[in-house]
Amino acid sequence: MTAYAGDVLTLARKDLRLELRARDTVPAMVLFVVATLVVFHFALPAASGDLAAYGLLWVALIFTSLLGLVRGFAAERDQGLLDALVLAPVDRSTIWLAKALAMLAFLALTQAVALPAFALFFADVSWETVAGVALADIGICTVGTLLAAMAAASRTRELLLPLLFLPLAIPIVVGGVGASIVEEPGRYLGFLAVYDAIFAIISWASFEYVVTE
Amino acid sequence: MNALDLELEQGDFALVTGPNGSGKTTLLRLIAGLAAPTGGELEVDVPRAQIGFLAHEPLLYRELTAVENLDLYGRLYRVSERRERIGMLLERFGLWRVRAERAGSFSRGMLQRLALCRALLHEPELLLLDEPFNALDTEGAELLDRELAERRGSATFLVATHDPARVEPLASRRLVLA
Repeated sequence: MTAYAGDVLTLARKDLRLELRARDTVPAMVLFVVATLVVFHFALPAASGDLAAYGLLWVALIFTSLLGLVRGFAAERDQGLLDALVLAPVDRSTIWLAKALAMLAFLALTQAVALPAFALFFADVSWETVAGVALADIGICTVGTLLAAMAAASRTRELLLPLLFLPLAIPIVVGGVGASIVEEPGRYLGFLAVYDAIFAIISWASFEYVVTE
Repeated sequence: MNALDLELEQGDFALVTGPNGSGKTTLLRLIAGLAAPTGGELEVDVPRAQIGFLAHEPLLYRELTAVENLDLYGRLYRVSERRERIGMLLERFGLWRVRAERAGSFSRGMLQRLALCRALLHEPELLLLDEPFNALDTEGAELLDRELAERRGSATFLVATHDPARVEPLASRRLVLA
């Protein structure tokens, strides 16, 4: 295992352990997404059909991920710990990658509840939707973690993060909804994969600048 | 911070004093690479891996135990014989019996002791200590006195403090910020 991978593993394990101890992010995300789906269930007229429901699923997933991202750097922010990580002799992009991996785990856990809940309230969840959600999660974590680090330095971070994240999440919604509703979703899944690749590279390369400036 | 001209040699023990807001913490953050100067020149010929920084905040995860915190930093700083070194530091700073307790349950003085362990863990060549005696009780302060005296000469120190009398005998350089 390379030193880079070892550092990512060390930092990701730390984030998972913190969540396991504090339990203040994943339970909140799960409750939020289930509550949102329940609200949508009663808000959506019975005749509106599955297409509208899939759209609402993606709205619920994006806002739930936002909830997790706001908490992404909470420990570092509240206790001034970003200084300690920046000072450590590791490639600073390992901090981003570890956070993104931890967030990916949180999203996966949340969606393990959200997708069955969606199937219960609205419509079946196809493998295309699951594949779309998996690819969207990668995009959400790569972009979201970078933006969460940027917002963490601001006093108005809770306001700033949605303002930065939601415009960049529009392609994720387009790709995710498309993959969920069309008969041949390959084009939309490919679109999500390209989005993931582009933003992973941008985030990986720019994280050092974000945390040091 | 203006008109500061300072050159430290290896092994120097520099004492930084000055009133609140004079820039003591800023100077340490600049040297640590946590802030960038807006003007002038700053050159630090010490790699990041060889800098030990004790800040106002303990820079410890409250949800992790004392050992887990030090293990995290030990891995990131690639400390050889990590477990032995962690055990030795915890013993030396009187934290061995609380090694499995979460840092969040520690008193401010115990957190400061653990923060000192973190800063010393990788045996840095350059130690930047910001108010190192803060919150330490008499025993803790004496432990730190001993630690500083033992390491003097083998590492370069920059110590910012409101209480210069405590480290005055060790200082080879004195810097008063106005």
